[in-house]
Amino acid sequence: MNQQRRSLLKYSAVFGLMASAGLISVAQAEEWNKAAFEGKSLDDVFKSLGASPDKSSAVTLNAPDIAENGAVVPVGISTSLKAEQMAILVEKNPSTLAAQFFLPAGTEPFVTTRIKMGQTSNVYALVKADGKWSMAVKEIKVTLGGCGG
Amino acid sequence: MSDPMRVRATEKDGIVDVKILMKHDMESGQRKDASGKLIPAWFINMLNVKANGKDVFNAQFGPAVSKDPFLNFKYKGAKGDKLVVNWVDTKGDKRTDEATVS
Repeated sequence: MNQQRRSLLKYSAVFGLMASAGLISVAQAEEWNKAAFEGKSLDDVFKSLGASPDKSSAVTLNAPDIAENGAVVPVGISTSLKAEQMAILVEKNPSTLAAQFFLPAGTEPFVTTRIKMGQTSNVYALVKADGKWSMAVKEIKVTLGGCGG
Repeated sequence: MSDPMRVRATEKDGIVDVKILMKHDMESGQRKDASGKLIPAWFINMLNVKANGKDVFNAQFGPAVSKDPFLNFKYKGAKGDKLVVNWVDTKGDKRTDEATVS
């Protein structure tokens, strides 16, 4: 336990040094958003992201209706908004937040990745534009879970 | 040392389409091994992509991203842009790979 703490300290110290030396960008030096990723419910994650998203037709969640294999579910977000951040949330996963993306100016508001889903669940695509969060929701049915052994 | 990523970037009409395939187990911390013990979580949690030294994409992952993570995004760029992709995992392992936009 203590060992882990030590290495964590060392790790953050190195990161701090690299940041001050200008070796890595500010955005990357930002800590991994532990609180958000450990959130166990939608509300937890919304709270740690500082989001109270409204459903918006401007946000599109590209995902299958049925995922045969919960270990690999292709999920994409696109939007007509000027997105600064995007996030993928799976309501019934052990940890709700799957991934969060930061898009500097010049990057298109589009991202695709693959996620794991333990069971059939609503999946939320969140988009932050002009300081405000919007979202789209879709239920994805999973026939074979991706979290267990 | 971890295996290299596959990075493919192609430009069309001023938009560069970047596809990245990382090689990582992305252990979620939910799985059990043969003896019933939990396998500790171990996954890539931060990723950064730069084009010609400028940030074009940052991501933070949780354990719910699939094994051998795949990413696809687009940015305004040109042929010949030098891409540098970096990731860090929860054990502090790092990997950097480069690609040129074609």
